[in-house]
Amino acid sequence: MTTNATTPTRTVVKTRGIEAARARTALWLLLPTLIAIALVAGYPLWRTIFFAFHEANLTTPDQVRYVGFQNFWFTTEDGVGIGFLQDPKWWQAVKNTLLFTVVSVFIETVLGMIIALVVNSNFKGRAFLRTAMLVPWAIPTVVSAQMWAYMYNDTFGLIGNGLLSHFSADGKGIALLADPDKAVWAMIAVDVWKTTSFMALLILAGLQSLPSDMYEAADMDGASKWTQFWRMTLPLLRPALLVALVFRSLDSLRVFDVMYVMLGPVTSSSTSMTGYARLTLIDNSLLGMGSAVAVAIFLIIMVIVVIYVTAFRVKFD
Amino acid sequence: MKKAIALLTLSAAVASAGHASAAGVTLTIACGAVGQELELCKAGAARWAAKTGNTVKVFESPNLTNDRLALYQQQLAAKSSDIDVYQLDVVWPGLLAQHFVDLKGKVPAAEINAHFKGIIEANTVDNKLVALPWFTDAGLLYYRTDLLKKYGYTAAPKTWAEMATMAKKIQDGEQKANKSFSGFVFQGKNYEGLTCDALEWLVSFGGGTIVDSSGKVTVNNASAAKALDTAASWIKTISPAGVTTYGEEEARGIFQSGNAAFMRNWPYAWALGQSDDSKVKGKIGVAPLPSGGARNAATLGGWQLGVSSYSKNQAAAIELVRYLAGPAEQKIRAVEGAYNPTIQSLYKDQDVLKANPFFGSLYSVFTSAAARPSGPTKGKYNQVSQAFSTAVSDVLTGKSKGQAAVAQLATNLARIKGTGW
Repeated sequence: MTTNATTPTRTVVKTRGIEAARARTALWLLLPTLIAIALVAGYPLWRTIFFAFHEANLTTPDQVRYVGFQNFWFTTEDGVGIGFLQDPKWWQAVKNTLLFTVVSVFIETVLGMIIALVVNSNFKGRAFLRTAMLVPWAIPTVVSAQMWAYMYNDTFGLIGNGLLSHFSADGKGIALLADPDKAVWAMIAVDVWKTTSFMALLILAGLQSLPSDMYEAADMDGASKWTQFWRMTLPLLRPALLVALVFRSLDSLRVFDVMYVMLGPVTSSSTSMTGYARLTLIDNSLLGMGSAVAVAIFLIIMVIVVIYVTAFRVKFD
Repeated sequence: MKKAIALLTLSAAVASAGHASAAGVTLTIACGAVGQELELCKAGAARWAAKTGNTVKVFESPNLTNDRLALYQQQLAAKSSDIDVYQLDVVWPGLLAQHFVDLKGKVPAAEINAHFKGIIEANTVDNKLVALPWFTDAGLLYYRTDLLKKYGYTAAPKTWAEMATMAKKIQDGEQKANKSFSGFVFQGKNYEGLTCDALEWLVSFGGGTIVDSSGKVTVNNASAAKALDTAASWIKTISPAGVTTYGEEEARGIFQSGNAAFMRNWPYAWALGQSDDSKVKGKIGVAPLPSGGARNAATLGGWQLGVSSYSKNQAAAIELVRYLAGPAEQKIRAVEGAYNPTIQSLYKDQDVLKANPFFGSLYSVFTSAAARPSGPTKGKYNQVSQAFSTAVSDVLTGKSKGQAAVAQLATNLARIKGTGW
């Protein structure tokens, strides 16, 4: 009885010992990575959160004063709100960034899917097309943004003066970038032009992993191409599509360079959250409030990621 | 006791060794790299180095003003001694004053007084001279001499109203052949350039300088409102709607390709407009900006040289700044690169005038240039400038009217000012 009882216990202890030893080894092996992450990601993040609750100037970061949540929300005795959450320009930036993200990612997904389906089929010159479609994505954003800024110019631009002058009342060019609320749509066009091919590439990778014999069987059973797409391709593509969606959404929420180059520091601060953060932190040298904005952006993006991952049950394996 | 004496002698020896090598120190200067700036800076530094036996290294800083400021702020915040001499924009002294050596008393008064008074004032924060002027900039009105003649005008406009009439007539005539021709282009994009342009309108209408030298917000007045409404009336009549997205280079591009009758820009546009690939070469006139009734006004721009408080060789660095900002060096830069001197006497120098004919006739523009309120608003200048340019931009794009805009701006500025500048 006793022997019977002890033998299995001993085995359990033994396996647990091996597992524990393995876990210890893994921990030791992971330690350099963890230290590196703590140094290059953890420390700056901690400093940002630290500054978010302090009043500090960029040129004198050693003189800090604890102010609690004042950088976020603070009303002075005269009733003036000086926290950034009380600044209408911040909310305009949030609104425009979300609009930019939703619209551009939606268009990119639909177009990317169509392009991926086309280049996934077998035809002559397919390899060339797959490479060529990546050209807009390969051009550095700063360069393409400047290029688009010239095209949008209402006096000499290909789009601003050429294309759009046919739609304006007086036959003159239209200045798309003048108004932040209109400029967002111009930015969406640039982003779609640039990143649709990247979206197509991600979806194409997903399409390549689908077994071809399944489609042969479907053909035998007489399913139409339309049914095949809705009933087979799309459900099987879901994991790849969702990862691509998360990637692009996060990128769009962090959009900065294209807006900064095309609209300048002040206007881009009403079209992108990051632009607002940069203006506060660098141009206005408000280290404390700028960090508070950065923390807010971090939280907003994190919440959106959590919603994505839980609502769609995305698996990253 | 013996030990202490030994230590004292040792440190004295080290100190004197330091002095002995003072003639051969190595300095680093951060100067701009736009166009010819870098070569001229290197050449000037080399001349001083050869004369004094020191070594000067040139640190190439980013082209864009905003990026350069960000880099400087990082260096200065870290109290880095890597850079001894910084090239500073005229609106930065208020922002960075605490990091720079007070040159008052360290540079002879006569040498300081040789520069334009306004520029010295712009570099003085709380009675501290933060930097020595190196070259200056002021807004100018460029016009097409051939088109003015064609439409029967003999001289550049004196008032904004006159300019608008001329621009409209020329534009209507030219648009028959060239649909994209416009009367007047300027810097209407919402950025520092718009602050400069709009300050000129304000001052020329007698509307003050946003915040006065004592730090009082003065922008909420009828003249300022009228100035902004006047500027808004140009949009879509003599200026293209897209002018609200133009910086210096967009405006210059349009003017230089022969698509505009008038342009507001800085002196640098002169040399480029006279280059061989310019379509308007030999057809450009330069005049003071028109008056709105009060006076002709140009916004003060330009760059200065300051010595970092964290420099390990401050004495030598001050000597370098004195040399570079001195008359001999400023003359070379004016003749070779058309950089406006900040020393009054150079505007009577024959060699300088031969290279830049308009320097002489527009002398008063450079001497009476209006400074942006960076001195009184100190570290908050950038916020003030953004609030102002945003208000102006709203008027230009028709989102608000002058009167409402300046009233709202006054409230915003009060908020930015908070308990003080």
